[in-house]
Amino acid sequence: MQQALAVSKDTPVMPLSLNDDQKKRLRALIQDGLPLVEAPYQLLAERIGSQEQLVMDCITQWQQDGLIKRYGLVVNHHKLGYVANAMVVWNVDDREVDAVAAKLSSFDAVTLCYRRRRQLPEWPYNLFCMIHGKSRETVLAYIQRMVQEGRLHHIEHKVLFSTKQYKQRGGRYVSKNADSKALEGAA
Amino acid sequence: MDQLSQTLINAYQKGFPVHPKPFAVIAEEIGVNEAEVLACFRRLKNLGVLSRLGPVFNHKKAGASTLAAVQVPEQDMDLYAEIINGFPCVNHNYAREHDFNLWFVVTAADQEKLQQNIDAISEACERPVLVLPMEMAYHIDLGFKVSWA
Repeated sequence: MQQALAVSKDTPVMPLSLNDDQKKRLRALIQDGLPLVEAPYQLLAERIGSQEQLVMDCITQWQQDGLIKRYGLVVNHHKLGYVANAMVVWNVDDREVDAVAAKLSSFDAVTLCYRRRRQLPEWPYNLFCMIHGKSRETVLAYIQRMVQEGRLHHIEHKVLFSTKQYKQRGGRYVSKNADSKALEGAA
Repeated sequence: MDQLSQTLINAYQKGFPVHPKPFAVIAEEIGVNEAEVLACFRRLKNLGVLSRLGPVFNHKKAGASTLAAVQVPEQDMDLYAEIINGFPCVNHNYAREHDFNLWFVVTAADQEKLQQNIDAISEACERPVLVLPMEMAYHIDLGFKVSWA
């Protein structure tokens, strides 16, 4: 407010937030990660022609709105020694699916639990969870424990271990443009 | 894995500071200096342990996305993976043990573009794509508790 009062006709008015174009460019820039420099928000602001404070306000707002569900390190499990990654898929009766999902989600090693649309006849499974472990054996033992403790014996499931990781990066909802290419050199 | 890396990985998978000097904030919180923190992040990035630092967007709010899979001959897996990776709309792509052996995530700004992307991938691979959109997230990835033992 005080800034607004201090504005003279020679001082450009500081906008209160990013415009739509700047927001779009900011998203395109950060979806591949922040630049690893002392003042990353300042660098981002320069790239989109705005102010550091507005970039920070925007990212905070996106977190509050739930557009950003997590903000921090995205690690590669594989490189940390968690080489066994299983997607476990379950064919659960629709009436039981919420309860089963709650049980699965309560286990520490389960990082994701989603319901997905079946695609019959080739794909009858509607509940998916992801488990990371340091070996195939530990993951299989863990799943067995989940079945026992969760009393899930009656539910058909399949374990799909990943055998190779061809790609892992953030989703690109906004197309990549010259801005994000420019940042790669800075990081 | 050195102590600083372990601390950063376990403490900052969420809640990374939104502050003009975020690495200095972290340095103060954990009692080291800013240069060490920044150097450690760069080292983790170079090692590939850190995929990236920043936001994980909520798929549903960020646009349209879906899990998808194709069934390809085992011996041509790398070739098909490369074709699929060539699409900028694909982020994750894994080989998995199943008749459907290549699994990937397709994203787009909206549903219509998502369908166009899927059609284009199907055409490039010359085979049908199994499309499994999410209907409900019961548990989302809020970071990963790493056990160093």
